[in-house]
Amino acid sequence: MARIVRALLKRLGGMAIVLALVVTVVFVIVRVTPGDPAAVMLGSDATPEDIAELRTKMGLDAPLIAQYGQFVLGILQGDLGQSIFLDQPVTSALAARAEPTFFLTLFSILIAVAIALPVGIFSAVKRGTLFDQVVVTLTMVAASVPSFWLGLMLIQVFAVGQGWFPASGYGAPDTTFLERLHHLVLPAVALGIVNSALITRFTRAAMLDVLGDDYVRTARAKGASERRVILKHALKNALIPIITVIGLSIAMLVAGAVVTETVFGLPGVGNLVVSAVLRRDYPVIQGTLLVVAAIYVLINFIVDMLYILVDPRVRL
Amino acid sequence: MTDTAKRPVLSVENLTTSFKTAEGWRAVIRDINVEVNAGETVAIVGESGSGKSVTALSTMRLLPAGRARCEGRILLEGRDLLHASEAEMRAVRGGVIGMIFQEPMTSLNPVFTIGNQIAEALVLHRDLSWKAAEAEVLRLMERVRIPAAKSRLNEYPHKFSGGMRQRVMIAMALACRPKLLIADEPTTALDVTVQAEILHLLRELQREENMGVLFITHDMGVVAEVADRTLVMFRGDMIETGPTPEIFAAPKAVYTRALLASIPRLGTMGDAAAPRRFPEVDPASGMATEGRVTEPVPADVAPILTVEKLSVRFALPHGQIHAVEDVSFDLRPGETLSLVGESGCGKSTTGRAIMRLVDPSAGSVVIGGQDVTKAGTGALRAMRRTSQMIFQDPFASLNPRITIGSAIAEPMLAHGLMGRREAKERVAELLEQVGLSAAMADRHPHEFSGGQRQRISIARALALEPTFIVADEAVSALDVTVKAQVSNLLLDLQEKHRLAYLFISHDMAVVERVSHRVAVMFLGEIVEIGPRAAIFDNPQHAYTRRLISAVPIPDPARRGQLNPPLNEEIKSPLRPHGYVPPKRAYREVSPGHFVQEAAA
Repeated sequence: MARIVRALLKRLGGMAIVLALVVTVVFVIVRVTPGDPAAVMLGSDATPEDIAELRTKMGLDAPLIAQYGQFVLGILQGDLGQSIFLDQPVTSALAARAEPTFFLTLFSILIAVAIALPVGIFSAVKRGTLFDQVVVTLTMVAASVPSFWLGLMLIQVFAVGQGWFPASGYGAPDTTFLERLHHLVLPAVALGIVNSALITRFTRAAMLDVLGDDYVRTARAKGASERRVILKHALKNALIPIITVIGLSIAMLVAGAVVTETVFGLPGVGNLVVSAVLRRDYPVIQGTLLVVAAIYVLINFIVDMLYILVDPRVRL
Repeated sequence: MTDTAKRPVLSVENLTTSFKTAEGWRAVIRDINVEVNAGETVAIVGESGSGKSVTALSTMRLLPAGRARCEGRILLEGRDLLHASEAEMRAVRGGVIGMIFQEPMTSLNPVFTIGNQIAEALVLHRDLSWKAAEAEVLRLMERVRIPAAKSRLNEYPHKFSGGMRQRVMIAMALACRPKLLIADEPTTALDVTVQAEILHLLRELQREENMGVLFITHDMGVVAEVADRTLVMFRGDMIETGPTPEIFAAPKAVYTRALLASIPRLGTMGDAAAPRRFPEVDPASGMATEGRVTEPVPADVAPILTVEKLSVRFALPHGQIHAVEDVSFDLRPGETLSLVGESGCGKSTTGRAIMRLVDPSAGSVVIGGQDVTKAGTGALRAMRRTSQMIFQDPFASLNPRITIGSAIAEPMLAHGLMGRREAKERVAELLEQVGLSAAMADRHPHEFSGGQRQRISIARALALEPTFIVADEAVSALDVTVKAQVSNLLLDLQEKHRLAYLFISHDMAVVERVSHRVAVMFLGEIVEIGPRAAIFDNPQHAYTRRLISAVPIPDPARRGQLNPPLNEEIKSPLRPHGYVPPKRAYREVSPGHFVQEAAA
C-alpha cells in the first residue's frame, strides 16, 4: 500500500511539473507565431487604431512577463480568457463542445476494447490456425484504413442506404440525450474498428509472449483449467502492454477529434479548434491546446497507476 | 512390503513421443520404460537434448496437443493417462502428480502473491474456499521451512530468493499430497548450499508422505545423492537402467561410462602443483585416460593484474548495494585465479569492474602498469586489446545475424590491426586453434551447439592476442562432456600463450581442476584466498568449508554426507546509506594462504 501511495504522490508531483511546462510552451507558441495576432485577426482593412485597441483588449501591450503572470493567474482561477469571435469565455465554449467529443471517445474506445481483447486473446491461444491468420490479416487492413474513409463508407451504407442512423451532425440543441447519442453510433463504430486493430495486435503479441512463460506451465501442472490459465495467469501478465496501447489510443482519439468531427459534422472540441484556427481566435486555440494537453497528462497518469495495480514489481 | 507398495505408482511402458515438424512426425523419445514405486526415487539423467524433460512433460500430458503425440502407456496406479480425458488429467495434475521445475525464478507467477498461488492448488483440487485454504497454506509454508511464513503469505515472488521460491514451488506441488512428485532439474539453477538444503527437504517430505519421486537431472552428483534407481538417456533413447549403486559401480553402456568418466569430481588432484586437464574420454569404449598436469608457472614473474582495495557500490533509494567491498589480489602471466562464491557474492561484478564494464567506487585495477580505473577512452581501448572477456551464455553472447567469421574478425577490424583479407586468414587460424574447422567461418551461430559456440566465443576473445582473460562462468552452462573438453581447451591455450585467467565460477569441481589459486567471495568480500591445494585441502573459513562440503559427491556410497541444511535466506549486501564496512584483518595460514579473521 505504501508503494502505491508513494508512486501516487511522485506521479502527481511529476504531473504538476509537466502541466507547468505545457502552460509555458502554449504561452510562448502563441507569442512567437509570426505576425501580430491583433493585426491578423482584424484583417487587412483594419486601421492602426483598431489594431491598437484590440492589442490593449487582449493585453498584448503589457510586458511579456506581466502577460505570462496574468495568463498563469487566469488558469489557476479557471479562466482561459475570452474568445474573440464567440463572445463568450473560452471555458464556456469548451464546456459547450465537450459532450460529443467525450462520448465519442468513450464509445470508440469501449467498442475497440470489446473487439480487441477477446479477439486478440483467442488469436494468441489459437496461434497459427485459420482464425489467427484471418485476424492477423484483417487487423493489418483495418489499421491501414483511415478512420474518415471508413466513416464515409458507414455513412454511405447505414445512413444514406439503410437510413438507420443520421448521416451527420449532433441533432438540434433541444433533442434528448438518447437522440444525440444516436448520432454518435456511426462515428464511434468507425473509430472503434480502426482502433481495435492496433489493440488486437498488441493483445495477441502480449499474450503470445506470456503463454510461453514458465509460470503458465506451472499453472497447468497445478491442474488449472485452460480457461483459468489464460484468463487468470496469462492475461494479468500481458496487461501492461495492453494498457499502454489503450492509453495511447485514447490520446490519439482526443487528438484525432479534429478530423472525425469534421467528417461527421459533430459540434465537438475538434470542431471548435478548426474554426478557431481558421479565424485566428488565439484565446480559444490556446485554451483548447491546454485542455487537450492536460487530458494527455491525465491519461498517462492513469496508465501509470494501472501499471502499479497490475504488476507488483513496478516501481515509479 | 505390503501389496499396495508393490504396485508401482507410475509405470511408463514403451513411451514414444513425437513432435510435428515440417517433414512430418519425428520421435524425440523412443520406447521409454520406467517404474516408480511409492517411497522410491527414480532419476532420469542425461545431457541437454536427451529427452528427459520431454519424458516428464509427456507423463503429465503437458506437451501442446496438436504438435506432440505420445504412444505407449503411462499407467498411474494402473490407470492409463494417455486415454484420460482432459478433465481427468486436470484432477491428476497437481492432485495425484505434483511437479516442480528447474527455474524457480520464472516458474512462479509474478503478479500473484505466494499465498494465492499455493492456495490455488488447494482450491482447485480439495474444494476448499480461499479463506479455508489460507490456514492450510500457512501449514504448508512452515512445512517447507519458509521463515516467518505468516508475514510472507501476501508477498509477491520477486521478494523471495531462488531457494525460497523453490520451497514455494514444492509447497505448491505437495499441497494436495500427491502420490508422485516429478522434479524436473529442481536444483540446477540454485547455489550448491541451497541445493543441499532443497535436496534434504525433498527427502524428508518424501519419507513423511511415502511419495514416489521421478527426479530429472543432468548432475550425476545429485543422482548419487538422491536416486534409488537411475535411468540414463541419450538422444531420446534409454541407454541403461538399474539400481543407482550398480550404475555407478559397473556401468554397462559405453555412454554411461563416458558420462561418469567426464564428471568433474572434487578431490581428484592428487598432489598436482598446477591445474590438471580433465580425463580424455574415448567415445568408442567409454574409457578414460587421466589428464596431464599442466606446466607450473614460474613464481618470480611480475603480476600482470593487480587489484587493490576494489569496491563497487550501487545506490538504491533505501540504501546501497555493497556488491564488491575492499577486494585485493594479483594475477601473474600463465596463472589462473578462480573467484568462487554463490550468486550475489560479487564475483561477476569484480570481473566487470576490472574490465571497466561497471565503474568501481574505490580502489585501483592495474593492468600492465596502467591503472584502468583512471584510464581515459584511448587508454581504455588499448587495455581492451590486452584484456578480454568470455561470458556464460554461449547462446546470448553471439549476434545471431552475423556469421561467426565476422564475429571473430570484428575485434581485429575494430582495432584497425589488419585488413579484411588478413583478418580472414587469422579467423581460420583461430577456429583451428579452438578445435573447429576453418570452413565454418561462413556459418551463423544457430548452426552450432552450445559447446561449439563457447569455442567461438573463445576464438573471438583470442583474436586480439590478449594476455589476460576474464572467464565469467565460461563453462557453467555446458553439458558435462563438453564442459571437460572446453576446460581442457582453456588449459591448452593458457600453456601455449601464457594467458592469465580470472576464472569466475560457482562450480567447485571445475575450479579445483583449472585453478592455480582460488579466492572465495562472500557478500562482496574475499573471505579466503590462497593456492588451490590449500583452499581445497585445508579450508579455514567457515563459509569455504560450507561451500566445499555442499558439492554433491558422485558416489552413491557416500550419500547423506551433504552439509546439514541451514534454511536461511542468504544475507543481502544491501546496506543503509552511510554504512561503513568494518575493517577486515587477514591471517596468513601458510605461504600465500590468507583467511579473513572473524569480526571482533
